[in-house]
Amino acid sequence: MRNYRRFIKVTGIVQGVGFRPFVYRIALEENLKGWVNNTAVGVRIEVEGNLENLEAFQRKLTEEAPPLSKVEEVIVENLPYFGYDSFNIEKSHGKEEVLTLISPDVSICAQCEEEIKNADNHRYGYPFTNCTNCGPRFSIIQQLPYDREMTTMKKFPMCDKCKEEYKNPLDRRFHAQPNACPDCGPRMWLTDQRGNPIDTQDPMEELYRRLKAGAIVGVKGLGGFQLVCDGKNPAAVQKLRTRKRRPWKPFALMMRDLKTLRAYCHVNEKEEEILTGIQKPILLLDKKNEGLPESIAPGQKRLGIMLPYTPLHHLLFHGSLEVLIMTSGNISGLPIEYKNEEAIDHLGEIVDCFLLHDREIHIPVDDSVSRVVLGKERLIRRSRGYAPIPIKIEGIEETLACGSHLKNTFCISKKDMAFFGQHIGDLENLETYQHFQACVDHFKSVYGIQPHIIAHDLHPEYLSTVYAEKETGDKVAIQHHHAHIASCMAEHGIHEPVIGIAYDGTGYGTDGKIWGGEFLICDYEGFQRVGHLNYMRMPGGETAVKEPWRMAASQLYALRGEALELPLSMEVSEEEKTNIIQVLKHQLNCPETSSMGRLFDSVAGLLGICKTITYEAQGAIELEGISNLSESIPYSYQLEILDEAYVVNTRPIIEEIIQDIEKGVEASRIAGRFHETVIRFTIELCCKIYEKYGISKIVLSGGVFQNEILLKEVYYRLTEKDFQVYMHEQIPCNDGGIALGQLVIANRRIKKGDNKSCV
Amino acid sequence: MDYITLAHGSGGKASHQLIEGLFYKHFQNDILLQGNDASILPKFSGRIAVSTDSFVIHPIFFPGGDIGKLSVYGTVNDLAMSGAKPLYITLAFIIEEGFSMGDLEKIVASIGEAAKEAGVKIVAGDTKVVESGSVDQIYINTTGIGILPEDIDIGGQNAKAGDKIIISGTIGDHGTAIMALRKGFEFSIDLESDCGLLSGMIHEILHTGAKVKVLRDPTRGGLATTLNEISKQSNVGLLLEEAAVPVKHEVRSMCEILGLDPIYIANEGKLVVIVAEEDAEAVLGVMKSHPMGKDAAIIGTVVHSPQGQVYVKTEIGGTRILQMPVGELLPRIC
Ligand SMILES: [Fe+3]
Ligand SMILES: [Mg+2]
Ligand SMILES: [Zn+2]
Ligand SMILES: [Zn+2]
Repeated sequence: MRNYRRFIKVTGIVQGVGFRPFVYRIALEENLKGWVNNTAVGVRIEVEGNLENLEAFQRKLTEEAPPLSKVEEVIVENLPYFGYDSFNIEKSHGKEEVLTLISPDVSICAQCEEEIKNADNHRYGYPFTNCTNCGPRFSIIQQLPYDREMTTMKKFPMCDKCKEEYKNPLDRRFHAQPNACPDCGPRMWLTDQRGNPIDTQDPMEELYRRLKAGAIVGVKGLGGFQLVCDGKNPAAVQKLRTRKRRPWKPFALMMRDLKTLRAYCHVNEKEEEILTGIQKPILLLDKKNEGLPESIAPGQKRLGIMLPYTPLHHLLFHGSLEVLIMTSGNISGLPIEYKNEEAIDHLGEIVDCFLLHDREIHIPVDDSVSRVVLGKERLIRRSRGYAPIPIKIEGIEETLACGSHLKNTFCISKKDMAFFGQHIGDLENLETYQHFQACVDHFKSVYGIQPHIIAHDLHPEYLSTVYAEKETGDKVAIQHHHAHIASCMAEHGIHEPVIGIAYDGTGYGTDGKIWGGEFLICDYEGFQRVGHLNYMRMPGGETAVKEPWRMAASQLYALRGEALELPLSMEVSEEEKTNIIQVLKHQLNCPETSSMGRLFDSVAGLLGICKTITYEAQGAIELEGISNLSESIPYSYQLEILDEAYVVNTRPIIEEIIQDIEKGVEASRIAGRFHETVIRFTIELCCKIYEKYGISKIVLSGGVFQNEILLKEVYYRLTEKDFQVYMHEQIPCNDGGIALGQLVIANRRIKKGDNKSCV
Repeated sequence: MDYITLAHGSGGKASHQLIEGLFYKHFQNDILLQGNDASILPKFSGRIAVSTDSFVIHPIFFPGGDIGKLSVYGTVNDLAMSGAKPLYITLAFIIEEGFSMGDLEKIVASIGEAAKEAGVKIVAGDTKVVESGSVDQIYINTTGIGILPEDIDIGGQNAKAGDKIIISGTIGDHGTAIMALRKGFEFSIDLESDCGLLSGMIHEILHTGAKVKVLRDPTRGGLATTLNEISKQSNVGLLLEEAAVPVKHEVRSMCEILGLDPIYIANEGKLVVIVAEEDAEAVLGVMKSHPMGKDAAIIGTVVHSPQGQVYVKTEIGGTRILQMPVGELLPRIC
């Protein structure tokens, strides 16, 4: 039979995921000769053999690829027969023009878990156990190609045993770059809050004793520090709240296993799949009972829970511990800590002791937050396990999109790949801003990207805008809500104009006002604002965001003027009332907003649910939480037309809510009717816009769509009316998702030769 | 006569009455009495500092001062900021027809007193009266001339890493007082402008021989704006301690109600001093013993990097970036 020789190039996530041993194995299976190697461009293969085997090999290459790999492209060339006498795995090559994808960090696999739990295994109880199918990647990679020398594992020379595994193509640890064992790998130790080692025979036993006694522990995890305490110990939870100065914001939990989790929460099939998958986000689940301390997530119907994703986590669930609080190790508003000394410096006051290790984290990554709505996973915070998986978008050039001010995530692209960075945080502080700069620099260097298009928000005072101004390249300023909608369009590959509904907190509008309740007809180039909420005054600017009672007062002032009466439920003092009237009367620092978030705040404020917030959107979240939906009579509203746009006049809603409050109607019913009202006018407005413009594709975006009642009902009722409705899945609907939209819009504008900011 | 009329600005008889009956009465000095088109000043030796400013404040009388006093202090303070000894000022009024003569006399008297206090002579002046509605009551322009000692080099470009930043007292007093009045706030809060003369205290500071790098009065745009300018001129970072910045309780309350940050609010009698670290305590001591600096405090340090920006170490442990305001402060948070 005739022999042929073929050269095959495979690109995508093909490094550090066991791709070469897989190639080796299928080459042996098909009796082929040749070689495979790893380059910065991807995996290169030469195979020789008969046609039938070659075809089978090529089929297996894509069909049976290892679970963590993601094949983007396979290029095949025919070459003259050479006559290799064996199949070999060759050494990695560097240099060439780069675009290899980096794998996210991967949750521990079943086999590794078994090893650390098996007393007879060499890796029993070893917290840094990993293999080709699992373990750290993104967080430890300093440069490409992905090789131990280019990771923070460089400083741990492998022992002979590990080296053998590493070299054996048929071993699970063949070329597992972070491979390590108790003899040669990183170490873990316990310290007091100042970083002095605690002398103990068995650190895990000692840690267990302390956790049971209510200690707060700073644990250096995979992508950064986590603050850990016993979730069943209310005193410990309260202590953590006090020390972290975090009175209400829910804490995330880690539970021993799925069985434990099911005791407290409802879990459907899709949720189970996510909980036990390789990405292991914090998943928001409906509570089944009140079996855990209320202080974990005060006033919430849901809990954010993840399952252990590193060997270290599994080891924490010692003895009777089965529920741990596991929240980011940072000072409120600052980035997650990821270096031992700095963590000791910054978190020493919060924790009672530290569990440290000496495997350095090169790039910190927070836990991701996700949930399932309408049968699909919908990310709220896209970070560990997901970053830096790229989103493929045709025709984009090297671009940096700087993202938003709060919950910043940036996006940077090269050759049709948009790399979405990990969650950075709120750009209010120098520390977070520097973290942002460092991460952008890392992405530029690791992927070899020199962006020549710089996209940023229209808001002149976002720090991400300030950063963009200092970069070189074509700058494109993009309206916040256009970016929200475009981001969802890009996620679904939509190319025709849509009706975009952006229900959001705050975004700078083209009229210099604050937008956030917007109906935009848009494509990637531009938008037309065809509808929005009526403008409301925000007395005290940003302070009105932090104090929902101010929005309530503003609404009342708009209706009643100085003679307004504040409902008792608002718990506002006479002095506060006099002062807020003065502020509104003289319009001192009272910007106008059309924000849906502020409308929710107004109602939360009127009902006295939340006078002052302690975490973002607390008012709206609690309003959703108490809603009783049994009554579906909406409040009155009017659709008016102003400058060719529909304006939803929401004042009658407020008027009727005040009447209800005066009549003594329960807050839960008012909240329910308010939701119903928002849903009704949303649908009605869509129908009107459809009649006028003939567009039936609807895209929902903006942080307010984290409200499940709203998202579901708007989806159901629009679908019933034959609209095609698109919602976010892998990209957050909140500001953590706008960078993708910015990136796509900026590319389109530059290509059209129009970078004059907005429409 | 009770009101100012267009005739008062015409150069005729009414003008002369105004000059002789009012201005000479309050500003009398040998140079002004020369009475010619231009005043001739004696010979200077050394470098001359010049500064000019126009004052268009509303309301013109406010707790802690009035437009007259402010127009002298403002220009004299600006001269003093360069290290100069203020000597002379000129004065130009633009007055709205119908303005009360009594109020004008109050303002003129206040100017006379302020000039005396500052040790400057008013050496030239002008008065225009314009039709009702063309200006808001009264506008005043002053130009000051001072003399600069030989060895003085003070300027926004001189800050070096390690230097200390001192503020002479509580911030935001003037801006909040004016806002409360102008907007007719019915507040129980007592607010008073800090409108005051800084040249005396500066003289004493310079007399210590300390290495003073920068002197600035954080007027419009407040402390944040002034420090941002310095950070860019000197290409350094300025790091403040939030807790160290003195703010009056009343000012803080007013700012909380309005959602404003006192650090962005105007002052009219405050001084920022940037001085070599080793001289900081001595300078602070001198300031504290001067009536204009009794609440003085060291509020921060000059750092190498990041350059061109101002930071505040917050009480919870973060470092807030204090941006140069881009006009109206618009909400960024969701
Ligand atoms: Fe947004
Ligand atoms: Mg001036
Ligand atoms: Zn494994
Ligand atoms: Zn080993």
